[in-house]
Amino acid sequence: MASGITLMVALAVACLLMGSVDIAPGAVWDIICGHSSGNTAWDIIVLRSRLPMIATAALSGAALAVAGLLLQTTFANPLAGPSILGVSGGAGLGVAVVMLCTGGAVGDLAGLTIGSNLSVLMAAWLGAGAVLAVLIAMAGVVRSNTMLLIVGVLVSYLTGSVVSLLNSLATEEGVHNYVAWGFGTFNAVGPDSLPLFAAIILLCLLAAALMVKPLNAMLLGDRYAANLGVNVRHSRVALLAITGLLTATVTAYCGPIGFVGLVVPHIARLALATSNHTRLLPCCAVAGASVTLLCTLISTGGNHGIIPINAITPIIGVPVIIYIILNRRRISYFN
Amino acid sequence: MNCELEEILTTRDLAVGYRDGKRVKRLLENVNLGLRSGRLTALLGRNGAGKSTLLRALSRGDKPIDGTIMLRGVDIGTLSNDEWSRLVAIVTTDRIAAGALTVTELVALGRQPYTGLLGRLDADDRDIVADAIAAVGLNDKASRYIATLSDGERQKAMVARALAQQTPIIMLDEPTAFLDVASRIDILRLLRHVTDDLGRTILLSTHDISQTLTVTDDLWVIDREGHVHSGKSTDLISNGTLNNVFPVGSVRFNPEHMDYEAIK
Repeated sequence: MASGITLMVALAVACLLMGSVDIAPGAVWDIICGHSSGNTAWDIIVLRSRLPMIATAALSGAALAVAGLLLQTTFANPLAGPSILGVSGGAGLGVAVVMLCTGGAVGDLAGLTIGSNLSVLMAAWLGAGAVLAVLIAMAGVVRSNTMLLIVGVLVSYLTGSVVSLLNSLATEEGVHNYVAWGFGTFNAVGPDSLPLFAAIILLCLLAAALMVKPLNAMLLGDRYAANLGVNVRHSRVALLAITGLLTATVTAYCGPIGFVGLVVPHIARLALATSNHTRLLPCCAVAGASVTLLCTLISTGGNHGIIPINAITPIIGVPVIIYIILNRRRISYFN
Repeated sequence: MNCELEEILTTRDLAVGYRDGKRVKRLLENVNLGLRSGRLTALLGRNGAGKSTLLRALSRGDKPIDGTIMLRGVDIGTLSNDEWSRLVAIVTTDRIAAGALTVTELVALGRQPYTGLLGRLDADDRDIVADAIAAVGLNDKASRYIATLSDGERQKAMVARALAQQTPIIMLDEPTAFLDVASRIDILRLLRHVTDDLGRTILLSTHDISQTLTVTDDLWVIDREGHVHSGKSTDLISNGTLNNVFPVGSVRFNPEHMDYEAIK
């Protein structure tokens, strides 16, 4: 855990120092400490671009990773995750509907006022909530974990196609923004939206931390959990509500970021060698933040143009998933 | 009143079964039973007779279709989740995803009814967990992962978890299924020890009849007509009730061998 936090901080510092514009480390330090570096452009880049981006990346990573962990435990399905189950897609659909109705385009949140920010967020929450409701209903009918995953993937396709259809009505600029949003970015939360974004994510993470007891009981299945005094139905609804809020908030601002929610819980379980949520959940948050900061570093840290986040997450995520699938007989949490 | 005869759990005109859409399928009806305190009772019957269904109703997993279940005179349907979790602990055949928990962590889950919001254990809780692990003989494996245990050891860990819950009653659904004969005997002796030395009331369901008869005090026998007979093991063996478990003409119970044999 301590090494995880060290890694996360190191990555955050690296993101702060590296970017398409070279800024001397000393100058970055001065700017962070509240002094001007004497170069107004640098001041703006560090305070209004890099810092909000780092905070957004870290919060989004923690949010998606914790959302993935909650989904995996709630559905007792190690391959569950917010994007694979279509929760991100549902949020995206909600965002698309509101943006188009208000004449804007998906992925243009930074330019919005707090009021319209909230309406977009509500729409994202509703979209994610609708998908979760479908998943709960389906989970009662299709008892197979694999089938539920396939339902999730189908829902993703469906929401994706509806969003594309909606976007055909949008302006050219709108389509451009939508495509950029679909690539995934941590740059879209400006310093003005950051407080709201951070407050929602942190509150949801706190709420998730308060659920470690039912989460641990749910490892034993519904009957044992109920026998231990857990109100299984209420806990499940609360957990999925938290998952939906986390996923939808990140998706609304940063696009449908794939793989983080699916992969990071596994990285955390393997690193800690435990399924005990008391330790796993905080570790998941830190590991999630580290992964998205690493993605940010790769995305914006070089002298190249910006690489989309969703081009990087599969490169980190897919090998981990394949490793897990190949080694599941030897991995204790599958046995 | 004779303490030995005190019935801690009773049923009145209980009907159990399952609901399939709007249709209700009753498996057992007019069940009137009493679970004697501090005794080891086995629920016997052929596969599909309704053992698990009855046990699920008694352990509040499903609502009864009809009738009431009283624990110390209180209808169990009226108890809160918290109250219930301190009265009856269960051991089921459900698959659990606890491979990456240690034995201690798994057993500690049994303390959940007593711990606060975050589930932190205090010194007393840790002592109770250690005692439960010792009672099932897993001391030397307390920090091992569940994934590394044999089936028999896993079942002992689940019994320890139920012990740590400190409930007067423990209900076990087919606790010896999937175990080899040595582990079956081991678990049944452990349950006898839990009854005699730790004072818990045990109800277990099983179709492993001959093995179980060696340790039980009382039996609840579901006969082939779906009637449930209860009484002391010795009485039900000698009055021939066990001959009515399986279809007519299939097998017969031999009291000398304490086992079923083919009718020649």
